[in-house]
Amino acid sequence: MTIPTSSIDQVIPGEGAMAQPDTAPAAKAKRQRLRFVANGKAATGLIMLAIYCVLAIIGPWIAPYDPDARSNDLLAPPSAAHWFGTTHLGQDVLSQILVGTRGVMLVGLTAGLVATVLSVLIGVTAGFLGGAFDEALSALSNVFLVIPALPLIIIVASSFTTAGDVVVALTIGFTSWAWGARVLRAQTLSLRRRDYVEASRATGESTWRIILFEILPNLTAIIASGFVGTVIFAVMSEITLAFIGISSISSWNWGTILFWAQSQQALAQGAWWWFVPAGLAIALLGTALSLINFGIDEFVSPRLRSSGKSKVKTASGQTVRMRVGFTPVLASRPVRATQVARSYPAAPVSNGKVNGAHVAPRKEEVK
Amino acid sequence: MKYLLQRIAFYLFTAWAALTLNFVIPRMIPGDPVKSMISRFQGQMDPDAIESLYVLFGIDKQAGIWDQYVDYWGQLFRGDLGLSFTSFPSPVSEVIGTSVWWTVLLVGITTALSFAIGTGLGVLAGWRRGSWIDGLLPATTFLSSVPYFWLGLVAIALLAGPGSFFPSSGGYEPGLVPAFDQYFIPSAIQHSLLPAFTILISSVSGWILSMRNMMVTVAAEDYITVAHAKGLPERRVALSYAARNALLPNVSGFALSLGFIVGGTLLVEIVFSYPGLGYLLFRAVGAKDYPLMQGIFLVITISVLLANLLADVVYMLLDPRTRKEG
Repeated sequence: MTIPTSSIDQVIPGEGAMAQPDTAPAAKAKRQRLRFVANGKAATGLIMLAIYCVLAIIGPWIAPYDPDARSNDLLAPPSAAHWFGTTHLGQDVLSQILVGTRGVMLVGLTAGLVATVLSVLIGVTAGFLGGAFDEALSALSNVFLVIPALPLIIIVASSFTTAGDVVVALTIGFTSWAWGARVLRAQTLSLRRRDYVEASRATGESTWRIILFEILPNLTAIIASGFVGTVIFAVMSEITLAFIGISSISSWNWGTILFWAQSQQALAQGAWWWFVPAGLAIALLGTALSLINFGIDEFVSPRLRSSGKSKVKTASGQTVRMRVGFTPVLASRPVRATQVARSYPAAPVSNGKVNGAHVAPRKEEVK
Repeated sequence: MKYLLQRIAFYLFTAWAALTLNFVIPRMIPGDPVKSMISRFQGQMDPDAIESLYVLFGIDKQAGIWDQYVDYWGQLFRGDLGLSFTSFPSPVSEVIGTSVWWTVLLVGITTALSFAIGTGLGVLAGWRRGSWIDGLLPATTFLSSVPYFWLGLVAIALLAGPGSFFPSSGGYEPGLVPAFDQYFIPSAIQHSLLPAFTILISSVSGWILSMRNMMVTVAAEDYITVAHAKGLPERRVALSYAARNALLPNVSGFALSLGFIVGGTLLVEIVFSYPGLGYLLFRAVGAKDYPLMQGIFLVITISVLLANLLADVVYMLLDPRTRKEG
């Protein structure tokens, strides 16, 4: 049975280049680097996220109106002049969304960054150093893990008289690092006694060099997925805070739009255009980030990949469902062992055929 | 047993940390919050309330921070959380006590339903990987990315309205008095349908996803292959061999989510003006009712801690490995 060489590349990444010495090395390296993007989910997510980032930068410039400017079109439904309609004061909803993107992205990314840095510092230090350090730091992160985050954020943010973007971002960042720290600690614990770490310790590398160059690169996927998860959480919390009117309502973000829509009874007046675009913007951003996270998960653990086609028609017209770890056998006509022995005297299973049905390679290899 | 004792000690420590946090936060507010509060209410405040405010913020007397801390614990042990000043003469514990049942019933039933449906679908999706159920995953991802409250808003706009079967706000008909009779119960159920539906839609995908991933992992184990090799029926292998072992993380996740029943769905209640704890917190924040806010935070924290403890116990009962290590 011949296995396509590309599947070896997937299973053993290092071996792929050696298996095909005639391929140009530059092309090979490029494909290795782009492998993550080649995943459909990750690519979709990254493209969507990129669009949001661009909008966050250029949003205020391309917004057709000043988001605060009032006009005479009160509560107008979407039209050519106002694509997403207007509010009770005649403000343009599209402009509010475009201008608000910057605040949302800024708070989300800042909070994600703060939480990720904290979780790496605390998790990796605790896992690598062990001992009393580990006990204290794990206790700290466990405490933060079980204290309910959203109510805490609401209470802390409402204690400040005017909670601006920075306060909100820092509050979220400082309360949501614990999960990442716990996962990182567990992974570091399993890495610290591996042979290559022992080897670098034996050659006399300093602790910090081992952590930075031996441990951290192997945690990249976990750190990245933790960052993405925290950004999702931060965006949701920030919008929640704005929606219930805790963070300052003078600067625009999507939560502020929903806050005004709710307080001005947009629903009762049938002004669906007031809150539908903001909600869709949030949902699409959340979907984009979740897709990236799925991509990371599947990149790390190939088992989770769902391959498109799992039912295969055999030559004899029967359908076989492929599953991981199974060799499909046609069970419709039970064959007695003696018969098998008689009909295949020399080689019972050869050329990938069992009872006349083609045995497809295992699922991951089909991909 | 040693394991359980360790966990209990940890939760006691965490409870202490959370309560101390609750003590520290109001003292970090810059300026004199009581003065600004009094001016906000423009002299309509009872002297008792002002007194309790000064105690809360710890600026009543020149007592040291340690004495205040001891006082705070003394109050907690007596179950005295101070007086709420949005609904003035009643104490905070009473205000919370009336609204907590709404939340527990609504979100409790919904969480159980969501868990059952999501886990069932997850088993199917994980076992029949690559079938149409896998196509369900992106859709549910999108639904779970939608904020609960926005889904609620859309549900109100589409389904509720004048003359519709679904009421758009409240927990029961305004004219009724809460009691267990034939008028009140149907009305309460009718009012809870839309919020319950909203929570169900946006929470079910998490269960599906985690169950699917566990099923995929378990399905590659050797004992599954053995079960197949023995010629057991597909159904039996899927349910008694794969699903049973894959269920473990989801069960402990369920115990954890019981803790979030109280605090996890604040926003659905806010959108539907449902008279539960989340709506209460919303009103407390709006009115800067600090004693009430703190009381709610306290109740939420303690219920989360209890749920965590429950999750540990359940895990110990279900997974013999944890018992051995302890």
